[in-house]
Amino acid sequence: MKTWRILLLSILALVSACSGNQSALDPGGAAAIHIEHLIIGVVAVCTAIWILVMIVLGWALLRDHSQESGRSGERQLTLTVTAGLGATVLIITGLTIASFYTTRSIGLPENASLTIVVKGQQWWWQVIYADPDPAFSFQTANEIHIPVGQDVRIQLESADVVHSFWVPNLAGKQDLVPGRSNSIVLRAERPGVYRGQCAEFCGMQHSHMAMMIIAEEPALYQRWLAAQRSDGVKATNPEASAGMAAFLSKPCAACHTVRGTPASGTTGPDLTHVGSRQTIAAGLFETSRGSLAAWIADPQTLKPGNNMPMVPLTSAELRDISAYMESLK
Amino acid sequence: MDEPELDRRLTAIWSTPAGVWGTLSTVDHKTIGRRYIVTAFIFLALGGMLALAMRLQLSQPEARFIGPDRYNQIFTMHGTNMMFLFAVPVMEAVAVYLVPLMVGTRNIAFPRLNAFSYWIYLAGGMLLWIAFAVDAGPDAGWFAYVPLSGPEYAAGKRADIWAQMITFTEVSALAVAVEIVVTVFKQRAPGMSLDRIPLFVWSMLVTSFLVILAMPAIMIASTALILDRLVGTHFFNPAEGGDVLLWQHLFWFFGHPEVYIIFLPAVGMVSTIVATFTRRPVFGYLAMVMALIATGVLAFGLWVHHMFVAGLPRLGESFFTASSMVIAIPAGLQIFCWLATMWAGRPVFKTPFLFVIGFVVIFVIGGLTGVMVASVPFDTQVHDTYFVVAHFHYVLVGGAVFPLLGAIYYWFPKMTGRMMSETLGRWIFSLIFTGFNLTFFPMHILGLQGMPRRIYTYQPEMPWSGVNMFISLSAVILAAGFLLFFIDVIRSAKSGSAAPANPWGASTLEWATASPPPSYNFGRLPVVGSLEPLSDNPETLPVATGLSVNRRELVVTSLVEALPQARESSPGNSIWPLWSALATTAMLIWSIFTPWAVVWGSIPVAITLVGWFWPKGVPEDDS
Repeated sequence: MKTWRILLLSILALVSACSGNQSALDPGGAAAIHIEHLIIGVVAVCTAIWILVMIVLGWALLRDHSQESGRSGERQLTLTVTAGLGATVLIITGLTIASFYTTRSIGLPENASLTIVVKGQQWWWQVIYADPDPAFSFQTANEIHIPVGQDVRIQLESADVVHSFWVPNLAGKQDLVPGRSNSIVLRAERPGVYRGQCAEFCGMQHSHMAMMIIAEEPALYQRWLAAQRSDGVKATNPEASAGMAAFLSKPCAACHTVRGTPASGTTGPDLTHVGSRQTIAAGLFETSRGSLAAWIADPQTLKPGNNMPMVPLTSAELRDISAYMESLK
Repeated sequence: MDEPELDRRLTAIWSTPAGVWGTLSTVDHKTIGRRYIVTAFIFLALGGMLALAMRLQLSQPEARFIGPDRYNQIFTMHGTNMMFLFAVPVMEAVAVYLVPLMVGTRNIAFPRLNAFSYWIYLAGGMLLWIAFAVDAGPDAGWFAYVPLSGPEYAAGKRADIWAQMITFTEVSALAVAVEIVVTVFKQRAPGMSLDRIPLFVWSMLVTSFLVILAMPAIMIASTALILDRLVGTHFFNPAEGGDVLLWQHLFWFFGHPEVYIIFLPAVGMVSTIVATFTRRPVFGYLAMVMALIATGVLAFGLWVHHMFVAGLPRLGESFFTASSMVIAIPAGLQIFCWLATMWAGRPVFKTPFLFVIGFVVIFVIGGLTGVMVASVPFDTQVHDTYFVVAHFHYVLVGGAVFPLLGAIYYWFPKMTGRMMSETLGRWIFSLIFTGFNLTFFPMHILGLQGMPRRIYTYQPEMPWSGVNMFISLSAVILAAGFLLFFIDVIRSAKSGSAAPANPWGASTLEWATASPPPSYNFGRLPVVGSLEPLSDNPETLPVATGLSVNRRELVVTSLVEALPQARESSPGNSIWPLWSALATTAMLIWSIFTPWAVVWGSIPVAITLVGWFWPKGVPEDDS
């Protein structure tokens, strides 16, 4: 009995020791917390069952087989197997009820205070903050800001193939299916940056389709919202102004939007406030002048197969455009 | 008629002529079965090499050994190859070899169809691997979800090659399934009533019904995909009223029973090995048969648990949670019956039995993680992560490959007349068992740590690199075990020690004849009086006589009691199944390029079928 408990505890310890920035066992959101409880409970029960079966297996194999069992032995075996079957039915029923209970507690609330549309694209996340007043609507990419402690409904759509929206620290995953609209509710219980990643294979760069969920106090969130609603900041230094001119004269503007300028392409991510985002290229690099320049210079080597072509630029143009991008806070 | 004379006359009518022509035209189920098994194991080795390539790429973050395009081909090929070219065919191949021997008949039902199905399978496998070799291997995953595999996002011929390879496998698997059902229902030895059928044969019977019922779903799916791609239909295009989820429903309606198509034969193998190496019949024969049938039925009721995150109605998902959980009950019952058998028997720890013990240790974990992913909330966290990769390798490798390796050790002397090495067997078991667990157990943890499947690389800041390196190194141990296994098979086939008639003291009919069996299987057909015919009185098995010795004949028996009903002639060797398979192959490959191939390509197929069925007359019967 003692070894039994030690084994169980050590396995539980092993499993729960894994915390990382994308771990289902390090929950920061309501749904993920409920699911974590279920995971720990189910894993504990199943570990106990496995250990029990192994004990019976070892016993059955290694016991003294010299004494004959005979007819009464057969009867006893039948009883034991029947008891085992009964126990299986009970345990399975218990686990099923636990599962249903968890499903109920993470069900979609009727009235989420905020709805954000997330559209999966090969291989980035288009994030749309729609508002009844079009002047207040805006788009961003690969980064979703949400207020802490509120239910936020994420409406999931796909622009091309099947993707899956997954931020393990906050909730389970939900697919983005072309032709359908799914939903998931996020409710962050503590502020923080939660990493998420596409979970359904979606082609060449499925590996590099990450996103950041930034959960912040409502006041901070409102400040961010106000900043995002404004147009892109005006270029303030000569380098950035030259960059803006180059950006508008090169093919960049055909795919990207920078509000407040003529650039209004819709194929690629909206770049209006790209300089304020933590990462570029769907979580691949931290945003910095260097990474922006590297990306613009050669996106195909950094993320082979993505839809951004390599645009021939002089080194001066490259420097100016990356300065401009960085300035778009 | 004395034994040598009987042997001479039966050999004259049943044997395969020597030389290339004989090799190409044989319809002997043993030759075809052996060929099938060897081919499937070659695919296993190739698929294993792909796995090692993936482990190399994933051993460290941002590795650049394999680029995304090739990596996507590799994991697609690995899954497709292991499911369609190894796991299902190898189980059917073992059945093609063993079922006629175990039910005591001289050949499988529809022997020419059997030859045809092997050639078709070989052609489908070669199509896939040649495509991969020339960089045209499919790359949308073995599940080929639309629209990624559809006309808009999968340019070129990669997805067409995948879909057409599926058609090859369907034809082959369906043909074998029909052969096995008919062999079991109508060709059993006199006296082998339903309650005396060996458990392996029962498992293959249930499996064959699963194949017959599940394969049409994938057939419809792959045909609709080809039509979308080639003809311009819109089955899966939501913009034109099609539905993306239709693909997933059809695919998993096949894809989940597929797991049991692979697992149930293994259950039969385990039962056979457990009975032999514990020196007693498996406890609860009736319960085992009921569990097989229950598993077969339930297998069709849980495909939706592959789609818990696709956004289906919650009530439907709850139903599929319950039905997925319920299948643990027959699985548990089977485990309990084996444990009871081990308890009451006298275990002998030879290599085949070691693999069965390894099976119990590993499969129970796979089954329990199966219960976990059956729960909707649990699944929303682990779906499409390495947790699932770990889960289904525990189920498929633990649940099917371990029994299969045990079965190879067990039946090798029957097939070759030689024993495999017991010493090497213990090494092989230890390496594979250790390597397997060290490779796949940590994947559960990776999954809970948030590592998605099917990614060709990950960033250094993710906390996965240490575990990945550990897994990649462990995979080498696993690979070494398999390498040693292949070496032992080749060595033993050439120079293993000669096997006695019944080396393990088994009690089923295949051991009632010589090893390897003569071309006609049994000189005098056995008559069965119990579940364990060889245990009753191995020296004097009652025999049935009265079959012709001038032409190929089988005895046809009744469905339930296996009472003799008729003498039935069995087709002789023919080259036409090969021509027919070649014509079918040409048509299927051609149709990747134009739908007209279906029209013009059917003409040569029709010609070869006429050749196949052309009446040639049978020798006069003298008795």
